Formats: sequence, C-alpha cells, structure tokens
Amino acid sequence: MSAIFPKWTNRLPLMVLIGGGMTATAVVAGVWYYFTPKYTYVGYQPLQPVAFSHATHVEQLGMDCRYCHSAVEKSWFSNIPSASTCMNCHNQVLKDDPRLALVRESAATGKPIPWVQIHRMPDFVYFNHAVHVNRGISCVECHGPVHKMDEVWHAQPLSMSFCLDCHRDPAAKIRPLDKITDLDWKWSEDPNVAAQQQRTQGEKLVRDWRVESLDNCSACHR
Amino acid sequence: MAEVAANIPVPPTPPELMREPLVRNNRSFAWISDRVAAITEGKAPAWWWAAFIPSFALLCLLVAMLAYQISTGVGVWGNNHPVMWGWDIINFVWWIGIGHAGTLISAILFLLRQRWRTAVNRAAEAMTIFAVMCAGIFPAMHVGRVWFDWWLFPIPNFQGLWPQFRSPLMWDVFAVSTYFTVSVLFWYVGLIPDLATLRDRAKTRLRQFIYGVLALGWTGSNRHWSNYEKAYLILAGLSTPLVLSVHSIVSLDFAVSQLPGWHTTIFPPYFVAGAIFSGFGMVLTLLIPLRSMCKLEDIITMRHIDVMCKVTLATGSIVGYAYGMEFFIAWYSGSLYERFAFINRALGPYWWGYWLMIICNVVVPQLFWFKRVRHTLWVVFILSILVNVGMWFERFVIVVISLHREFLPANWGYFKPTWVDICTYLGTFGLFFTCFLLFLRFLPMIAISEVKGVTPQADPHHPLAKPNGGHHG
Repeated sequence: MSAIFPKWTNRLPLMVLIGGGMTATAVVAGVWYYFTPKYTYVGYQPLQPVAFSHATHVEQLGMDCRYCHSAVEKSWFSNIPSASTCMNCHNQVLKDDPRLALVRESAATGKPIPWVQIHRMPDFVYFNHAVHVNRGISCVECHGPVHKMDEVWHAQPLSMSFCLDCHRDPAAKIRPLDKITDLDWKWSEDPNVAAQQQRTQGEKLVRDWRVESLDNCSACHR
Repeated sequence: MAEVAANIPVPPTPPELMREPLVRNNRSFAWISDRVAAITEGKAPAWWWAAFIPSFALLCLLVAMLAYQISTGVGVWGNNHPVMWGWDIINFVWWIGIGHAGTLISAILFLLRQRWRTAVNRAAEAMTIFAVMCAGIFPAMHVGRVWFDWWLFPIPNFQGLWPQFRSPLMWDVFAVSTYFTVSVLFWYVGLIPDLATLRDRAKTRLRQFIYGVLALGWTGSNRHWSNYEKAYLILAGLSTPLVLSVHSIVSLDFAVSQLPGWHTTIFPPYFVAGAIFSGFGMVLTLLIPLRSMCKLEDIITMRHIDVMCKVTLATGSIVGYAYGMEFFIAWYSGSLYERFAFINRALGPYWWGYWLMIICNVVVPQLFWFKRVRHTLWVVFILSILVNVGMWFERFVIVVISLHREFLPANWGYFKPTWVDICTYLGTFGLFFTCFLLFLRFLPMIAISEVKGVTPQADPHHPLAKPNGGHHG
C-alpha cells in the first residue's frame, strides 16, 4: 500500500472534508449574496435621455407625484407622463433650455421620449398600482426616496419575498390615504413612537379597510 | 486437505434436509475471486462492445432529447389537457419500481438471512441505482423550467417561498433522494472488501491507484471486518423501511388526489408489490444472459433463478389480487364515477392497454408455478421481459386512462405520445445500460467476499473446511 500512497495521504480525508466544507460554504454564501435581486437590481441607475431631476421637482417645487403620474390611482399602470405634461410648465419655464430640446421635440412631433425603464415587473406577475395606492401603500415603499433622487435608481429589491413580506404583514407599511405621496411622512418624529403607532394604527387601518393582502399563488401569478 | 477431512467425523446430512449448494461444483475461494475479478480485467469481450455501443448511442439520444426539451419547453411532450401527466410520470414510476428489487434483495433478504442473495445482490443494487437515476430524470424535467428544480428543497430564497410539505409530490422528492443516497451508500460499503481484492490483483499503477482510493485502505483485518459488518447491518436496517416507503409515497402522488381510479387506499401496498414484481423481472432479464456471458453458472445457479421466479410469482399474484380488489371496491363503493372509471379501463378506448397489463402481470407470472418453466432459461427470460412490459402498461393504465375521462365530458380527451416522448424513454435505456455495462467492466459484479461465505466449504463442519479454523477449540 505504501508503495502506492505516500504517508501524507492519511491526512487526505480530513483535508477533503475541511476543503469541501469550506468550498460548499463559499458557494452557498456567494450565491446567497450575488444571485439575488438585492444585489442584481438594487442600485441600477441608467442614464436617462433627459436629465430630469425628481429632487428638483418634488423637494424644491413641491409637486405631487400624481401631477405627472396621473393614472396611478385609477389604473394598474402608473404612467410616465407624455411630453405635453412637461410643457404645461416648460412652455414658460426654461422654454429655450437646450437640456429640454428632446422634450420640446417630443411635444411637437408626438414621438415619445425614450426613457429607460428601471422598475420592471416580470410578465408572469400581476401588479396593480391603483389597488396599492388606494389602500394606503405609499410610492416610497417600493420605489424608495424618489423625491431625493436626481437620477432615479432602483432602491428596493422588488423580489418575490419583498412583495410577500408586506403581503404577510401589511400593517407594518400601511399609512393614511392622504399621506401616500408624502414620501417623508412618519407617524412621529420619535422612532419608538413611530414604530408603535405604525403597529397599532396600521392594524386598525388594515381592519377598517379590510385589506386582504392575498398571499396565495394566483393573487399575483394569474 | 484430504487427510484432515478424514480426521473430522462429519455426520451425513439426511436426504430430506439436503439443499442444492449455493455455489456449485465445490468451487474454491480462489476460483471465485478469479472468475469474478477477471470480468473487470483484460480486454473487453466482443459481446460487451456489442452491447455498449448501441447503449451509448441511446444515451446520446437521451441527451439530445433532454437538450431539445429544455431549450424548447415541455410542449414537445404529448402531455396536454386533460392528460397532464403522460409518459414522463409513467416512466418515472416504472423505473423507480424496477429499482426496488435491489434494495429488497440487499436489505430485507439480508436481515432475513436469505443466503442466496449474495450471488445477485451486487448487480441488483447497481441496477437499483441506475434505475433510480433514470427515474429521477422525468420528474426533474417535467417541471419545464429545470433550472428552478432547486425550489423543491427547503432552501431560504428571495421568493420568500417554502416547499409545500403537505403535498405528496414534496414527499416524493425526499423519499426518492433518500432512497438514492442510502442505496449508493449501501452499495459502496458492500463493495469495499471487493475493491481491495481488485486493488491487490491490479497489475498497472493506475488500477492500483484508483482501486486503492476506492478501497479506503481496506486491509481485511479483524477490526475492519467487525466495523464493516456493523456498518452493513446498520445500512440494511436503514434501507429496509425505504423498500416499503418509497413506492408507498410514489403511490400517494396518485392516491391523495380526488380522481376516480387514483383515490384508493389500496395503492401503497399494491404499488410496493408491483415494484418488487417489476424489479425481480428486471433482475432476471439482466442476470440470465449475464451468467452465461460471464460464465458464472456456478455462482448464479438455477436455484437462484428458481427462487427469483417464485418471488416474481408471489408479487405478481399480489398485484393480480389488487387489480381484482380495485374492481370490487369500484362496485362496492356505489360511486358512479368510480364505477365508470373502472369499466372504462377495461372497455374504454384504451382497452388494449388494460388487457395487455392483465395478460403480462396476472396471467404470465402464473406460469412460474411450473418447475419446468422456472428451469427453462429462455422461457424465464422472455417472461421476465413481459413482466416489465406489463408493469409499464400498469402505470399507463393508472396515469393515462384515469386522466383522459374527467367528471365533465367536455373535458374528455385522448392521449398520444410525441416522438420526443418515445425517444426520451428509449434514451433512458441508454443511460441505464451504459451505466450497467460500465459497472460490469470496472466493478466486481458479484459480492466476492460474501459468496465465499456461503460456499459449502465455508461451513466449519464441511470436510473441505480449513483445518486451522479450530472453532471447537
């Protein structure tokens, strides 16, 4: 036997065991971290054809989300405004600014501005904006602090467990209907009070509005 | 030897207790080692190549079919409303059933001290492992998007999903994977002493190295044997419930649903009997040509064939009883749908499938009552193939005939397989026989050390037994 295998091979089983265990752990940890939407989607920030700043329009000018995304309360789809919406103001404000050339052209010709889509739902998922917005789920819960973004980026993973976390406990996220587009709103400045309020008031809202927050498969995969 | 034998008085065995020995012609221990190990040594015989080349071609066909199915989608199979389970599930149940004989022979017959098992257990266990591999392909593929198969396992994931443990399909995943793992372990542990034999006989450095690694440093010391036998016994104990559990759980895939023809409590025992029936059929199909090709007639004797025919007869009769009982219950239940399902089986559009099953599974094994039949090898060989034809049609009857007639006549249909269904099924034979032929060529197909233990001269009372055994002090 010793003619075939040198003495150090006696330690081989232990080395294989430890090495294999470490490799397996590394693979699992790697997949866990790198192969989930938390890593692959969050932070996605494509350059848009027009340097539109949500921060300027919402934080500085105090515009409401629904001025532009006007269908969000009525439709499953939250629309990207057409250029004519922009021109309501921009035919007066910065009317000759070269940064808005594409907007003016789009308004004149009717050819849409080629915005790059950031939040993309797979086609096997049914998602309805109106249902969420009308039952106290704020824009900020899925889209993040858009009102502070100059260039919009993907703030939340929007993975299936992201949806399910809320569907399994909507009271943790629900808020009064008039605060839906007030993205900075909190129940209280004191974080402890805010958390407590969220729980008690949230559960009351879920009860009062009969929020179903279905978590069966065909609620979303229809 | 001879003079020692003369010194020990051996009372003659009374003729009524005489049994045909398990190894014939007083073959010596060395002869057994030589004969079995020689199959793996030297050049591969012509019959091996003649079998291997078509098998490998079929394996390539399987790979091509699976690649086509994965890249195109499950629509390439004939499964469609109302027959949503087709050849995929038929083939899965058929292959996994075949696998059952291996574990029964290796575990249950070991615990029951059936010493004849030693000649056939190694090949039967190999057959089990390869059959389970073939079986596993079908459920893994029929989900369509195979790259999500890992969702079947309870791994925390970004979907926030957990397997549905109340579903028998989930139980199946664990039953089959446990069965495969334990079968492989059992097979491997049994191989260790024989791998050491091959290592010690090896002429080339490469063979020494490979068999040396596989033999895990086996020296044949008393301590090794003691540990080995304990491990083997424990694994036999672990495998024994698996023989019964795996096919019971497979049957629950059907029995838990509400479909007439599936929703019956008789399914678990009836499936287990059918599985053992088909498994022994396959063992006979494989071993009858092998024993003459490899010149192993003295180890796999007519007594072995005879015993396996009797097991086939017994399990075939249980299966036949179950078929009858299904019809009785369909009548006795008073349920219109249940009655319709069973009358439709025998007289509906798939009547030919049902009667093929009855002929092959109920009528054919009854021929094994006759000793003449059990001792005519070519007859046994043909009957053993018919057994598995019948068992395939049993699953066809259960899966397709039950599904093609629904509660609503608007949903009635007729199932036809596609060419991909047929080629995938043929391809699994390629996988099975390629693996089995490689096993024959590279591993000892008979448990050498165990067969030595059941030779007549291994009995300390035998005249040819070693004189220095000294078990009388």
